Amino acid sequence: MTLNSKVPEGPLEDKWENHKFNMKLVNPANKRKYTIIMVGSGLAGGSAAASLAELGYNVKCFCYQDSPRRAHSIAAQGGINAAKNYQNDGDSVMRLFYDTVKGGDYRSREANVYRLAQVSVNIIDQCVAQGVPFAREYGGVLANRSFGGAQVSRTFYARGQTGQQLLIGAYQALERQIGLGKVQMYTRSEMLDLVVVDGKARGIVTRDMVTGKIESHAADAVVLGTGGYGNVFYLSTNAKGCNVTAIWRAHKRGALFANPCFTQIHPTCIPVAGDHQSKLTLMSESLRNDGRIWVPKKAGDSRAPGDIPEGDRDYYLERKYPSFGNLSPRDISSRAAKEVCDEGRGVGPGGLGVYLDFADAIKRLGESTIRERYGNLFEMYERITGENPYKMPMRIYPAVHYTMGGLWVDYNLMSNLEGLHVIGEANFSDHGANRLGASALMQGLADGYFVLPYTISNYIAETKPQTISTDHPAFKQVEQEVADRTSKLLAVNGTRTVDSFHKELGKIMWDYCGMARNDAGLRKALELIPPLREEFWRDVKVTGVNADLNQELEKAGRVADFLEFAELMCHDALMRTESCGGHFRTESQTDEGEALRDDENYTYVAAWEYTGVGNQPIMHKEELEFEYVHLAQRSYK
Amino acid sequence: MAGALSFYRSSIGKKAVMAATGVIGVGFVLGHMVGNLQVYLGAETLNAYAAFLKGTGELLWVIRFILLAAIVIHIVAAVQLTIENRKARPNRYAFNKTIQASLASRTLRWGGLVLLFFIVYHILHFTVGVAPGGPVPFEKENVYNNLVKGFQNVPVSIFYIAAMVALTMHIYHGAWSMFQSLGLNNARWSRLLRRVATGIAVALCVGNISIPIAVLVGFLKPV
Amino acid sequence: MHLKLHVWRQANAKTTGKIVSYDAPHVSPDMSFLEMLDVVNDGLVQKGEEPIAFDHDCREGICGACSMVINGIPHGPQRATTACQLHMRSFKDGDEVYIEPWRAVAFPIVKDLIVDRGALDRIVAAGGFISVNTGASPDGNAIPVSKNIAELAMDAAACIGCGACVAACPNASAMLFTAAKAAHLNLLPQGQPEREDRTLRMVAQMDAEGFGNCTNYAECQAACPKEIDIQFIAKLNRDLIRANLKQGNQGTGEVK
Ligand SMILES: Cc1cc2nc3c(=O)[nH]c(=O)nc-3n(C[C@H](O)[C@H](O)[C@H](O)COP(=O)(O)OP(=O)(O)OC[C@H]3O[C@@H](n4cnc5c(N)ncnc54)[C@H](O)[C@@H]3O)c2cc1C
Ligand code: HEM
Ligand code: HEM
Ligand code: SF4
Ligand code: F3S
Ligand code: FES
Repeated sequence: MTLNSKVPEGPLEDKWENHKFNMKLVNPANKRKYTIIMVGSGLAGGSAAASLAELGYNVKCFCYQDSPRRAHSIAAQGGINAAKNYQNDGDSVMRLFYDTVKGGDYRSREANVYRLAQVSVNIIDQCVAQGVPFAREYGGVLANRSFGGAQVSRTFYARGQTGQQLLIGAYQALERQIGLGKVQMYTRSEMLDLVVVDGKARGIVTRDMVTGKIESHAADAVVLGTGGYGNVFYLSTNAKGCNVTAIWRAHKRGALFANPCFTQIHPTCIPVAGDHQSKLTLMSESLRNDGRIWVPKKAGDSRAPGDIPEGDRDYYLERKYPSFGNLSPRDISSRAAKEVCDEGRGVGPGGLGVYLDFADAIKRLGESTIRERYGNLFEMYERITGENPYKMPMRIYPAVHYTMGGLWVDYNLMSNLEGLHVIGEANFSDHGANRLGASALMQGLADGYFVLPYTISNYIAETKPQTISTDHPAFKQVEQEVADRTSKLLAVNGTRTVDSFHKELGKIMWDYCGMARNDAGLRKALELIPPLREEFWRDVKVTGVNADLNQELEKAGRVADFLEFAELMCHDALMRTESCGGHFRTESQTDEGEALRDDENYTYVAAWEYTGVGNQPIMHKEELEFEYVHLAQRSYK
Repeated sequence: MAGALSFYRSSIGKKAVMAATGVIGVGFVLGHMVGNLQVYLGAETLNAYAAFLKGTGELLWVIRFILLAAIVIHIVAAVQLTIENRKARPNRYAFNKTIQASLASRTLRWGGLVLLFFIVYHILHFTVGVAPGGPVPFEKENVYNNLVKGFQNVPVSIFYIAAMVALTMHIYHGAWSMFQSLGLNNARWSRLLRRVATGIAVALCVGNISIPIAVLVGFLKPV
Repeated sequence: MHLKLHVWRQANAKTTGKIVSYDAPHVSPDMSFLEMLDVVNDGLVQKGEEPIAFDHDCREGICGACSMVINGIPHGPQRATTACQLHMRSFKDGDEVYIEPWRAVAFPIVKDLIVDRGALDRIVAAGGFISVNTGASPDGNAIPVSKNIAELAMDAAACIGCGACVAACPNASAMLFTAAKAAHLNLLPQGQPEREDRTLRMVAQMDAEGFGNCTNYAECQAACPKEIDIQFIAKLNRDLIRANLKQGNQGTGEVK
């Protein structure tokens, strides 16, 4: 199989414009003859569903929550990037493009990233027009801040709820189309499989989560905007329902899975409190602007933080990265925290935490300024931990946050399966091996509002309206498979809960395929996962019946898929012996312990082909070419 | 007309009507109280005031009609709203609790019922002069005596005082509520409006209740 | 600590439910309320019983999925906090805790503590948007918005659509939700062209869903995890009255 990225010819700046012009159009009167399935209602899915309906297509949109407004995009706090250069501080499309490629450690496709930077400006305009209440200056113009260590202020935000406000904008546009009858919304509906006929994605099979009914839906094109799979680690900052199911099922039907091992670990999360921990809570990165990160110099120092004198503290980020200090990029800060904890210098229960200390900032700026800046975050922290961060340093620890990997797509956001498009965090995104803060929202909305509506039209223009209905034997067969699997899960009736399997898998992944990976560990994980999967199918206990709402059954289906997917992740991590971005191989580091890329051998996207459960997957390479950006070792010293 | 009807049919429309009729009611009870407080200026002043009111002839009937209409509409809307609200929550909570709703707001409907009963009795008592326990003899021209003699009946006075407490509560919530319902509340005004409402309620309470008490303690005597 | 839970159990919309009591031993103060339920559920599954179903997703207090009335208060005793962010520190050993679903005729029970809040989506679908198609927008800074207005709109937009206001309101009224959604858009310059129409449609849909009316109890505001102010209810009232007054000047003004 050769992977054709379909990147258009021409100079970087003109590729998208030319491509838009060259794409075929669908006659307005014909659009209503086509149906598009949109799985997901997050920033990517919601914005795309609304935009496609506005164009005149019939859209069927699915989400597993009770309302499209609850997609996990809602949790994003920090902001969204755009190359507006409203601050006149030297930003430009070119600079955003450059920063993104560099931030991703040179493992993304130049043309895609450039297009992302280009349309970023339209996103802000669109959102403002929809009424997204972005922060404003006194003069009434939009406010910006610098985020995630960027040198320019290009991040737009709405208090600490940027994701929620952007999602509500997309959701309102979507609800408008639902009201107009152009979008049919299926809430509490989980996509459990993809239907492929003659190499083309033709529809999906879903389970109505209230009645248990297995249903088929046919369409002219299928779009997946189902978000990230960080929950393979069990503990992550993702919502409880985030899953790999939709893209994993598509993968099993032939879609290639690209760079599955690229995961982002966020440095500022509230540490685990005990076995009951069900998810991790992200503390906004903005805290690093004023907080200083430290651990005791001595391992096992059990004094209270206030009793540790300055001389016995190690402000390790400031020490190692003097120019970026506490604002060093996410992957670097996370790894540094893990390192000091591995040395036994971690703080708090289990030694898995580092201090984020505001004492100096409070002394310098006064408690009221700090309260003004971070009051709500401090409150949230106190609510969760019972500790008062004005008096005592916060404790933070890295947590799985975002997955750069996903289904492989070409420049048109179409996977190798014709008609199957993938957008948002679900595709192997434009972020390479590491995503910059505030760029995921940008990518989700770019895909949904401004890229997919064009490229899918081009695809539709080349296909005849759907003739295959859900009566087609292919649908019947997939329906049967889905129903069988569901009954099988219910029939095991073993002794272990679904969660206990998920936790065990998560631990394996965190230990061996987490922040730092190596050959031996990954092989170990590959040894541990198959027996766990077998045990799952032998001994899992799923209570209840299919015909009612059954949350255990839902979880079981997702965990079953994670148990298969985890192996692919380890294979990918094992294959990539270089370190890059969020992927750190202990074997590949500089003398100072920094990530060391191997450009000669690994400047490619690894797109994996499914070969059966537990079998070695086949890798296909998409070589990455860098014409405009010069590859260099990232340095934040 | 169709517009007005659809407005009334909407939940907010009914509330606006409640509030508008409430404004009329509040205006009336305030004015009425000021009039009644003239009892402290002696029989002649009060009787002259009453005579003046009766002398306005047709205007009096217009006002009476407006008042009656307001009360009727207020009650009809109140009943409709109450029925709708009951329907909106058919199953109650096993553990029932409110966080901050004032006693006044929670007893609005009971208070309203007490007021309805009071108004009927009150008109029979002082305007028509046929209420049980009312002043004997009822002197059409001597409102002052009717009033003082009427309150010399202890149970009747107690009932009045109780009704005034109900009125106070109804207005304590209602007067603030009507600003809110008419859309006049906002962040800047909310404190002020709360105070205005409380002020009106307290004034009504003190002013009205003082009269039966003044009679009971013998400060006011028939002439 | 050791708690006694009294939980509403109901298999589906067709059956009737009842309160069932459970023991929750070994509750740690570091657990969130939902994690406490996770542990109870784990025990139930192990015994082969069906776990207590409840809606949840983000567990960060932002998605608005979690929805349970805890000892008579939606989202429990802590102010400005969703059930998922409520921690067991708020309880003490031996406490009896009643856990019930949102109760409103417009929110039919789906199972146990899960209700159908589709009515809220339908209120938005009726008019809670600005009708602007993708691509048809001027530069973001072409529409200046005064900082105060932007902040006020943001206060309203902070609503997470959880429905606690309905659950808390003695009348099961959705006024706070509808008011917040309408105010967010009605305040902004971008929202002006559709202001009247939007208000009329949203209120009409709210009424059609069978929510109660507002008696200005302000319970909703007290229960709202995002502390949405009832001044927005006043604003909705104002906007509706205004819309009705202006209607005559704007053609039929039919509420569609
Ligand atoms: C805590 C947190 C904070 C973040 N902060 C930022 C930030 O400040 N800036 C930034 O740029 N990015 C941030 N991110 C990342 C960003 O929010 C996400 O990457 C992005 O929102 C993903 O959007 P999406 O539309 O691809 O997916 P999602 O929003 O996750 O939507 C997925 C949709 O798919 C549906 N779905 C999933 N599986 C199925 C299935 N099997 N069947 C049916 N439907 C399904 C879901 O119901 C949902 O509607 C943050 C992420 C987290 C977790
Ligand atoms: C002097 C007589 C009365 C006055 C001055 C008065 C005044 C008011 C006012 C100002 C309100 C607030 C309206 C709003 O919230 O917008 C109100 C509400 C109410 N009144 Fe009265 N009222 C009177 C008599 C009554 C009577 C006789 C009844 C019933 C039998 C009654 C029942 C109610 C009810 C139920 C409400 C609350 C309606 C709701 O918000 O759902 N009132 N009243
Ligand atoms: C202690 C308090 C009150 C006193 C002493 C009082 C006294 C009186 C008197 C003396 C009259 C007869 C006037 C006349 O015939 O000329 C009267 C009439 C009336 N009162 Fe009161 N009143 C009191 C409270 C109220 C309240 C609270 C209400 C309303 C809720 C009310 C409503 C009326 C009405 C409607 C009339 C008839 C007016 C008319 O049409 O002639 N009163 N009152
Ligand atoms: S107004 Fe508050 S309580 Fe009501 S839905 Fe919104 S956030 Fe929830
Ligand atoms: S509690 Fe209910 S009565 Fe109104 S102010 Fe809130 S909606
Ligand atoms: S689970 Fe998302 S708000 Fe509680």
